[in-house]
This record gives sequence, structure tokens and C-alpha cells, in this order.
Amino acid sequence: MKIAVLSGKGGTGKTLVSVNLAAAAKSAAYMDCDIEEPNGHLFLKPEKIKTAIVYNKIPVVDENRCTGCRICVDFCKFNALAYISGKLRIFEDICHSCGGCQLFCPEDALWEKDKEIGKIETGVSENVQVLTGILNTGEASGIPIINRLLERGSEMEITQNIADAANESHGIGGIGSTKTEKLTVIDCPPGSACSVMESIKDADYCLLVAEPTLFGSHNLRMVHELVTLFKKPHGVVLNKCLEGENPSEIFCKEYSLPILAKIPFDHELGTLNSKALIAVREQEKYRKLFSSLLQKIVEEVAYETVIGS
Amino acid sequence: MKLAIPVEAKGLQKKVCTSFGRTPYFLIYDTDSRVEVYLDNSAAATQGGAGIKAAQIIVDSNVDALLTPRCGKNAAEVLEDSGIKLFKTRDGSIKDNLEDFAANKLEVLEEIHAGFHNHGGK
Repeated sequence: MKIAVLSGKGGTGKTLVSVNLAAAAKSAAYMDCDIEEPNGHLFLKPEKIKTAIVYNKIPVVDENRCTGCRICVDFCKFNALAYISGKLRIFEDICHSCGGCQLFCPEDALWEKDKEIGKIETGVSENVQVLTGILNTGEASGIPIINRLLERGSEMEITQNIADAANESHGIGGIGSTKTEKLTVIDCPPGSACSVMESIKDADYCLLVAEPTLFGSHNLRMVHELVTLFKKPHGVVLNKCLEGENPSEIFCKEYSLPILAKIPFDHELGTLNSKALIAVREQEKYRKLFSSLLQKIVEEVAYETVIGS
Repeated sequence: MKLAIPVEAKGLQKKVCTSFGRTPYFLIYDTDSRVEVYLDNSAAATQGGAGIKAAQIIVDSNVDALLTPRCGKNAAEVLEDSGIKLFKTRDGSIKDNLEDFAANKLEVLEEIHAGFHNHGGK
């Protein structure tokens, strides 16, 4: 089961919720898709880190072959190509690596080169497999890194399932053990733009984290529109809850959105978080809070599956 | 001499457009014959890279100079590569700016912005 955690703005507590959900599960994968500033690893402190570089394909022109027909220039929907003073000019930062220019070139004058745009780090933190996407500073789009992360997550899930199946056939799973699907928590980038859409596309459930302010409820509205558009089952976590009116809670009631947890704006949790500790691993009461949240999500997903079938 | 200007509407009394890449029209003006040709800016509606495409239109029009209130980095690269000079327009009508240019009153455009990339600049 894949749970995407998202919010309309930064700083609402996506990472707090994500790392604690992953830590509260028996076994989970935590995927940091906030590739511009991934920070889940600061809390999970994964070990046995393996790094894989992520490349993008960028066109290169063979000037001896290029006849200046401009088919590629006219084709490019992002206008990454221009033909000036008898030469094809390629704007690498604008290119979306669709490969169309190369495909349409009648002279075979274009080919592709690899351009490094970032990396993926995988590691282990107790019960959690940690996957972190890191976009190089100055790169325009981290979408290829998010895609690679999701692919990598699926590969690991398959490996895990094969291992589970092998264990079961050897009876290691024990009598009465039900095969539980592995949990993947996707920590999304803030906002509701392309990188978020990419991050939630494979998710079974979207968890929206919101702050108790007017601004917070506006941002909740944005991500709510997004997950509705994507027809994703969703629920809300109200973070930093205080006494008094909560505009995000009012929004939830207005749209009949399930509120799966209310996290108090408490000093103790804030202190643990500021020390980059995982609350679930430090305090029983937080383990209960996030275990109960996870349980509710599992129930919501099961309910959605029944309704959807 | 041939000049290009991003303009809001057709006619010399109309205003210079504040955007280069997403201006609705370009005026191609011949200072010798005083002939005005208005081109639709097909870059205006594109998703991204409007500056590059608009600059390509200007380059293809074989102009000597571009009069514009501002210009992005990518567009400036295209224009400079083809040797087109950039001059900074001031508030006022197209006609005012053409007269200022003829009187050498327009400054060379030096501040090139990093691009708005769909975040304003209209």
C-alpha cells in the first residue's frame, strides 16, 4: 500500500507525519520525493547508503549533418531549440527530454547525451527502508528523479514480496501469519504542481496535512482539489492543533473530509522534532497516535476498495 | 534600418507591450520606408520557452535592433548570437519610442532578467 503525504504549502508537517507513519509500521519504505530539499533522512538517519546517479537525456546536434530544416525547432513544444545564424542552439534547461527532436530529424543530425541532474540514495533505518531523491541545485525539473524513485520503490516491493513468499513456503512466517502488504510512505514536495502530481500518481491513498490557520485552509483547498481531480481516496491530518477555531477543520466539515488524526501543537513533540528525533521511537503516546493513524488509513483504503469494486 | 518592437495593439499611437516573449504582436518597422508590418506572436500562447521562440521570430525577420522594455536571459542569448542590438523603451506610445530611437535617446538594454517562467511578467 502506498500512502502519499502532501500539503499545499511547506512546513505543515509532511515529513513529521511521513517519517512517524513509516516508523510506526512493522516494516515500511519511506520515499522522500521532496527532491528540492529532502529532509526525511535527517530524522531517519539511514545507514548502508547506496547512491545512484539520475540522468536526463539532452539533445546534441551534429553540425555537419544539420541542414537547418528546423523541423526540430518547430516540433519542440517547450521551445528548447532555436536556429540562429546557421546554427542549431539547444537550451538544456528548457528541454523536457521528450526525445521528439531526435525522432523527427530527417538528417539524423541529433542524438542524445546524458546530463546528470541528481541522485537517489537508499539506506536502512531500523524497520524502515529509506529512499531519498536529491535534485542538483539549479536544475529546472526533478520529475525524472521522482519517477526513478517510484520505480526503485516498486522494484524493492517486488523483491520484498518474493522474499515474503519464499519465507511463507518454508513456514518461517509461522502459523496464522497473514501476508501483509508492505507500506510505502511517499513524502511529497509542497504545493500542488507537477512534481506533486508525479509523486501521487501511483498512491493508493493521499493524506493531506493542514495547519489550523486561514492560510492553512486555503492550502488544504488546493491539494484537496488536486486529489479530487486525480480521484484518489484521501483524508486529513490536522497538525499543530490549538484550542479555538480551526479553519482547516471547518473546511473538512464543509467537504465531509475524514479527519484521521489531530496532532497537538505541543512542546514535547516540537522538541523531539527539533532534535531530529522520531517521536514514535521516543514516546509511547506518539507511537499510539501514529499507529492509530496508520490503522485508520488501512481501514479507509479497505473501505474504498470495497466501494470502488 | 529595420526595428522590432513588442506591441499591445496595431497602430503607432498604441503602446509598447511590457512583455517581450508573450506580447500579442511584433511591429517590424523600416525606418527608411516607414513601412509598418505587424506580426502575430505565435510564442505568446506557448507553454514554456516563449522568449526563445519570440526571439527566433525576431531573428527570422532580419531586423537590426529590438526596442523592448525588458528581455529574458534565453531570449537575449538568441538575439545576441544573431547580432541584434537591444534598446530599452520608455513609457509611452510606439511613436514616441520610434522618435526617441531616431534621436538616439533610447539607452542600450543592459539588465537582462533570469526569466519569469510562467510566474508573471505579463
